[in-house]
Amino acid sequence: MSVISEPVETAAATVIAKPRRSLAWLGILPFLIFALLFLILPTLNIVIGAFQNPAGEFTLANIQKLFHPSILASYWISIKVSVASALLGCLIGFAIAAAIVLGGLPAWIRSPIMTFSGVASNFAGVPLAFAFLATLGRLGLVTVLLREGFGINIYAHGFNILSFWGLTLTYLFFQIPLMILIITPALDGLKREWREAAAILGANGFQYWTMVALPILWPALLGTFALLFANAFGAVATAYALTGSSLSIVPIVLFAQIRGDVLQDPHLGYALAFGMIVVTIIANTIYLWMRARSERWVKS
Amino acid sequence: MSFWRSNRFWAWIALSFGILYFALPLIGTFEFSLRMKRGEYSFEAYRVILGDPRFQATFLYSVMMALLTIVVGVLLVVPTAYWVRLKLPRWRPVVEFITLLPLIIPAIVIVFGYIRMYNTSSVLPLTGSAFGTDILMVCGYTVLALPYMYRAVDTGLRTLDVTTLTEAAESLGANKVTILAKIILPNVLVAILSGAFLTFAIVIGEFVFAALLNRPAFGPFMQLIGANRAYEPAALAVIAFSITWLCMGLMQLVTRLQKHTQVKQFR
Repeated sequence: MSVISEPVETAAATVIAKPRRSLAWLGILPFLIFALLFLILPTLNIVIGAFQNPAGEFTLANIQKLFHPSILASYWISIKVSVASALLGCLIGFAIAAAIVLGGLPAWIRSPIMTFSGVASNFAGVPLAFAFLATLGRLGLVTVLLREGFGINIYAHGFNILSFWGLTLTYLFFQIPLMILIITPALDGLKREWREAAAILGANGFQYWTMVALPILWPALLGTFALLFANAFGAVATAYALTGSSLSIVPIVLFAQIRGDVLQDPHLGYALAFGMIVVTIIANTIYLWMRARSERWVKS
Repeated sequence: MSFWRSNRFWAWIALSFGILYFALPLIGTFEFSLRMKRGEYSFEAYRVILGDPRFQATFLYSVMMALLTIVVGVLLVVPTAYWVRLKLPRWRPVVEFITLLPLIIPAIVIVFGYIRMYNTSSVLPLTGSAFGTDILMVCGYTVLALPYMYRAVDTGLRTLDVTTLTEAAESLGANKVTILAKIILPNVLVAILSGAFLTFAIVIGEFVFAALLNRPAFGPFMQLIGANRAYEPAALAVIAFSITWLCMGLMQLVTRLQKHTQVKQFR
């Protein structure tokens, strides 16, 4: 109940703030305390834990353990899945968004696609894993159709839903819509005049794209790529429900570590989490930086 | 010009590919969920799963968590966003940055931090009791929903002249609580609702927080069913997708209603 009473404190704080001068910040104190208690301090706690030994003394030993081959392999496969799903998500999402905005398709098509993208980009987690198991699992609809209809047994050809490509294919279900949602406004920002000017100067479609449109969209594309990367890198539920712990990507190793399934060293867990924060912070810094750059050009 | 024609051709190719990729898993899941009885299509999997008392208990629990999260989120975000717009424009980048942090820090790291910070030997041993853990869950979900909730409410506030409204209300003798409850809240209600539906969609199937804090929520239940059954998971996926779809549909509807009222106001 203490949590729910916070806004009353806001009100109390605002009354105190009336005498003006420097007390106005008290109005956002409940928010700041909440953020501190449930977001910032817990994260700092993990970061500090990564540099401590069980006795609480400073050490770099935990960080060193991250360079153990099995841990490095986890980071590597995590990064591979995230890069592959972000790259493919960007490419396919871009193609679909370009088709809607510039492809001369009927105008009514746009609204349902945007709505569906809003739904699908939020359809991550356990149910998404079930959907792909039911479709591309050993008894899934597509697997069976391909085997009985076309005589192609994808599992005999080395495909497995519980693998790198299976996971990437599944992540694309929320990556592509996210790309569509973010890049469509940027494509809308491409002015018609630019294309016409290019055409008047004798540019063909290919030249327009490589010399005008893509250089303008580049920061937006790269920025969205970074966002999709972070999005895939931090995802746990989909991978866990899909593969159990057979594919040891970092979030799953960390999940198992916290659960105590493989608890040899709790401080290794802090280091693993710290590594995740570092990777997502790098990805998001790129995103924010690129977004700031792209906003200079793409204004409606 | 052949350029335009080929353009349209590629557009249809891209769109068809997209529709195929997104439709197949949905059709596949639905078809799979009907296969429980051998040799015929039936809703048996749905009957089994809906009749499972654990389904009812965990689903109800997650609905409660989602509603509490929405309440806490609204009580936290609306006064803050209002106050920042009214008195603290210089704090805006700071507050906005904090609300975006949950997109940067993976949820699993945040919950790991909770387990370490609020364990039974800490100053605030929230994980020591079921009730304390529930409070922690609601706070955690509020954090997850913060980016969406804050952005929705802040966008809603942008269309209002907050300063004038506040001064007008103050000159009529209203205090800040009255202003928030009777003037600001009704005006950003549509924004709040759209944030609320998104929050509901996120919380209802959330897995990591519930699994690691060991609470009987819908997400871990789905995972458990997925690990042990064949056809029920597909039925659960269809149910979960319908809920997400419903939430987003309501969100769209509410936003459209807002546009209508705005037009009326300008007339």
